[in-house]
Amino acid sequence: MKELMLILFSAMITDNFVLSKFMGICPFLGVSKKADSSLGMGTAVTIVMILAQLCTYPVYKFFLLPFDLVYLRTVVFILIIALFVQILEMAVKKLFPPLYRALGVYLPLITTNCAVLGVTILNADNEYTFIESITGALGAGLGFTAAMLIFSGVRSRTENADIPAAFKGAPSTLIAASVVSLAFMGFSGIAEGIFGGFGG
Amino acid sequence: MHTESLLHRKKMIFMNEKGMLNEFTKGLLKENPTLVSLLGMCPTLAVTTMAANGIGMGIAATLVLVCSNAVISCLKKVIPDSVRLPCFIVIIAGFVTLTELIMKGFFPELYDRLGIYLPLITVNCIILGRAESFASKNDLLPSILDGLGMGAGFTAALFLTGSVREILGMGSWMGIDLHISSPMTVFVLPAGGFFALGCIIAAVNRLSGRSSEDKNGCEKCPCIDSCKERIQDI
Repeated sequence: MKELMLILFSAMITDNFVLSKFMGICPFLGVSKKADSSLGMGTAVTIVMILAQLCTYPVYKFFLLPFDLVYLRTVVFILIIALFVQILEMAVKKLFPPLYRALGVYLPLITTNCAVLGVTILNADNEYTFIESITGALGAGLGFTAAMLIFSGVRSRTENADIPAAFKGAPSTLIAASVVSLAFMGFSGIAEGIFGGFGG
Repeated sequence: MHTESLLHRKKMIFMNEKGMLNEFTKGLLKENPTLVSLLGMCPTLAVTTMAANGIGMGIAATLVLVCSNAVISCLKKVIPDSVRLPCFIVIIAGFVTLTELIMKGFFPELYDRLGIYLPLITVNCIILGRAESFASKNDLLPSILDGLGMGAGFTAALFLTGSVREILGMGSWMGIDLHISSPMTVFVLPAGGFFALGCIIAAVNRLSGRSSEDKNGCEKCPCIDSCKERIQDI
């Protein structure tokens, strides 16, 4: 249990996917203008991450590993994710129209989100068990959502600020991201301190 | 509306192409994928703690980009339009795996330093973007030149960012100690990466006299057609 909490919190806070691993920067910079769209994108990414992990883990464990095909993981994982996002979009559209109206907008944007592929490859490389992988994916998704939400707040302040013309747009957004990332650095070591310290 | 005029303008540029050299040089300056189009931000920020890493990543991505552009340009009549994106992704992922294996065999040190970001070249939007907007519409030779130019532009941007971060953050350049008494370690950390890239893009905007206002990675994303009307809702 302690290991799981450690994985969850380090994926969420200390090793935040956006702010310290730089994965999923495109949606982070592109879709973080408003808090509700940040929340929508974050939720959709979290769900896709967990479900993608559910789909890729058995394939990795029972197909790639026994047949010594680990080097094919990139091709296999991206295919599964692309296929799966497509199916998920169709299923949600058909079965849960209200959910589709809320989150469906973000689904096509997720296929090429490097955070989703990143989390599956990272968990495979770390040789996590099934439960650990799911926990890692959940932590990564929650961390992504948190970063998006916090950043949308920061951004609503910088958007109307009077700054030099050259800094308008992307540069000011990146520098704001730098400040948020600096704030997250304050968490470094905190997850290990709380959950990992006892075992030594 | 802005996007449409942008896409139209790009199409016009392709139609009046002024020789092959243009295909190569546009990626370096005018349409630099990282500093002007703001694509491929993840590797730009992640691996540029050292200038040498930037070059390694740039060359790996260029290799994938040139090969995938060449193959996609040859197969453009064979690939059905409705499933073109998955097809492109599989081709790209194949070349990424190839690059990964080559790098593991010949440059194990660089392979370890690039780590997870090497397989993530698959989802680098520069490569999918060039496949969608250029290679699938042009002949073999222009596609290869386009790939070389965009790759060189990407490498140059990574090298620039990497140099700035390494000099300021570690007081060395390409591993050579510059004898700076107290380097600012924050530039090697993630926060410094965002800051350095922001300042570099601002400098590019200032020099080129244009502003990157209202422009985000989405506008040149290969999936723009499939979610153009949706993006306006967001």
